[in-house]
Amino acid sequence: MLPELGQFALILALLLSGLQAFFGIFGPMFARDRWVAAVTPAVAGQFVMLATSVACLIYSFISNDFSVLYIAENSNSALPLFYRVTAMWGAHEGSLLLWIFILSCWTVAVSIGVSRMPVRFGARVLGVLGVVSFGFLLFTLATSNPFTRLDPPAPDGRDLNPVLQDPALAIHPPILYTGYVGFAVAFAFACAAMLEGRLDQQWARWTRPWTTAAWAFLSCGIALGSWWAYYELGWGGYWFWDPVENASFMPWLVGTALIHSLAVTDKRGLFKSWTLLLAVLAFSLSLLGTFLVRSGVLVSVHSFAADPRRGIFILAFLVIMIGGALTLYAWRAPKLKSQAGFDLSARESFLLFNNILLVIAAATVFAGTMAPLISDSLGLGTLSVGAPYFNPTFMLSMLPLTALVALGVHANWKRGRLSEKQRMLLLTLIASVVLACITVFAIYSHGKILTPVAATLGIWIILTSLVDPIDRIRRNMSLSRSVLGMTVAHIGLGLFVLSLTTVESFTLEHDVSLAKGASTAVGAYEFRFDGVKSIEGPNYQGVGGTVTVTRHGEPLTTLYPEKRQYYVQHTTTTEAAIEMHYGSNVLVALGEDLGAGKWSVRIQVRPLVNFVWLAAFIMAMGGVVALTDRRYRVATTAGAEDTAVTGVTGEHAR
Amino acid sequence: MTPRQRRMSLVFGILAGVGIAGALALSAFRSNVTFFFDPTAVAEGHVKTGEHFRLGGMVTQGSVKRTPGSLEVHFMVTDFKHDVPVAYSGVLPDLFREGTGVVAHGHMDGNGTFVADEVLAKHDEKYMPPEVAKSLKRRHGEAREDALSAAPGSGGAAQSAPNAGSEGAGGQSPPSTTSTAVPPGTPAVGPTASAPTQVANAGVH
Repeated sequence: MLPELGQFALILALLLSGLQAFFGIFGPMFARDRWVAAVTPAVAGQFVMLATSVACLIYSFISNDFSVLYIAENSNSALPLFYRVTAMWGAHEGSLLLWIFILSCWTVAVSIGVSRMPVRFGARVLGVLGVVSFGFLLFTLATSNPFTRLDPPAPDGRDLNPVLQDPALAIHPPILYTGYVGFAVAFAFACAAMLEGRLDQQWARWTRPWTTAAWAFLSCGIALGSWWAYYELGWGGYWFWDPVENASFMPWLVGTALIHSLAVTDKRGLFKSWTLLLAVLAFSLSLLGTFLVRSGVLVSVHSFAADPRRGIFILAFLVIMIGGALTLYAWRAPKLKSQAGFDLSARESFLLFNNILLVIAAATVFAGTMAPLISDSLGLGTLSVGAPYFNPTFMLSMLPLTALVALGVHANWKRGRLSEKQRMLLLTLIASVVLACITVFAIYSHGKILTPVAATLGIWIILTSLVDPIDRIRRNMSLSRSVLGMTVAHIGLGLFVLSLTTVESFTLEHDVSLAKGASTAVGAYEFRFDGVKSIEGPNYQGVGGTVTVTRHGEPLTTLYPEKRQYYVQHTTTTEAAIEMHYGSNVLVALGEDLGAGKWSVRIQVRPLVNFVWLAAFIMAMGGVVALTDRRYRVATTAGAEDTAVTGVTGEHAR
Repeated sequence: MTPRQRRMSLVFGILAGVGIAGALALSAFRSNVTFFFDPTAVAEGHVKTGEHFRLGGMVTQGSVKRTPGSLEVHFMVTDFKHDVPVAYSGVLPDLFREGTGVVAHGHMDGNGTFVADEVLAKHDEKYMPPEVAKSLKRRHGEAREDALSAAPGSGGAAQSAPNAGSEGAGGQSPPSTTSTAVPPGTPAVGPTASAPTQVANAGVH
């Protein structure tokens, strides 16, 4: 019964989302206040229905109801309880339901948030969110229903893919989706502003916290995914430029541009149409990401089973949403003029270049991701685009960006006045060069040409970001949450650049063949292979190796890499053994029995790689700190003052 | 400068930046994109010696040879019309097995051997990397592929770990139909066990 209840709730949610979309968009358009008043109840009702639906599916997973096709395919009675719950989003159908449920959570949050905004504007925002929800619900019910029954029921399930049986991956999709879907809110605000034909600084102030929250979630989600790939896929890579990784990375890049552009629109009333375009673009890329992942059009380690019907549906949905938004943009954006000017050295310029570079970076990633698809469909041959393309092109736009961050945070609005800070900037730059050279040449005594340059830039961002807050604290001045959040996020970026540079320049990796008792040296470390033995787990068996590690002759640790054989799917997985010592991750992965008593073993020493993920997390925390700023909570009154102070009025294009 | 001039110079600056970035990206693209070829394309001489490309096909049954105790491994990649010998030194991926699809990155040496620097065994649920499936289909048509699917598997020799024995190493298992759920306790090892869905789709990223 429960699966039917879940499906019924899903159908009701579809109807409610249709009502939400209709009343939300046409209510304000025809000035029908009763229609407008019906929007919030529709949002609440839809949330209840979707929560019911999700609960039904999770309960069916817990109770091992293998008469449901999706559960028979993705769970097993031997699966631990925790993974039976997380198996709900272990494949296409369930993760789509999760997507919609998260959208509904955002919508409820927005419906509470818009109570401070004009009623009709709020209704429009919710209406646009309703359209998105309607499209996805229709897609789920038409092509990927998670509640489809299996007749006769399977005696047991086919189990969750073993590589997904992992705590990090269990929480990765909800967090990533929260970020992905969160850009729908920025998109809805942008569409609502275009429907009203009016966009002022107050609008930017409403939109900013939502966008920042989505961005913070997306940052965490991407970092978690990368961390998972590093330790669970077994071979020590942490970023593959895989289409699915790119699919989440492109919205992140554009989203980063958006939060900076929103800052300009908020503070100075500038970049209005650009901000709108970025909001549309960020969500379009989220949708495109969903399309890329779900339709299985790209060769990817991540893609779910390919189904052309799904692909065509999402493509149609994509065209309607993006096409509609861009049409609206073409119609309305010319009316939204920004009038104030600014100097070339003003903060606005730096943020403009930030935006340009981030969008260029997103465009190069986009080109590399789509090229194989386009070439294949045009019959130009099957090609693959990998790190040799992505790394240099990405660095080309990111290195100037990091330099601009160090300067830009010290430029004032309207007029830069950077010359007043010349001495400080120069001093921090010299300090950064010295520190970078010490790291690169004293510790590692080698490096590529760009290594000291990138390391310098990373350290420079950290130092210059610290100058202003320390100065303020010393002078007993208050430090707003916005500034604090920005500082934290920029320090995170500096740490990210620094640790990424170190990882990319100084990673040592060797595949070796070792007999029992044999040793091999990698850098300062020596690894002795002490043989393998059989192991057994709840739903797998396999072999475990023992590797004793010494550093400069001193005993350091013993590592136990495993090779597992899962019973149900007969999948072999490599469980690498990883430990952090002296800032470096030491990784040992067991390959295969080579005969003659020898095993192939992969040994990898990655310096500072943990700090790459930590840095991403710090960036996200910066976002969280920034969105708790007072000015977003008391926005209505503070907004009026701010406008008066800067002397820039939000032009209402009417 | 008047605001208009400033705006124009800004626009030109942006266009120039985008143009330069585009040109550089294009050149990076040209020199760093690798093409995919199947053994027939190699046999027909579409690739030059030393040129890097991706070779895709099936690992020929019984072709995996390894000097005991060495990381050096040799195997044949076939599209059932032509074979290409491959040499690789390193750890093979978990999903590498005789009779299944494989994609290797590397180049041809002077003696007609493909020297791989990377071996990938990404599969969809039909045990085939999509580009391999497509190339096989092109070379042989649907009928041949179906015949392949029906071919019974023989034991795999590539994987020889004591407990991680050869499992379902044979030809393609049929496209996963939904009712093939395996009861618990099905032995995971042994050459006869079939693997209904070894899906390499590693997540929801």
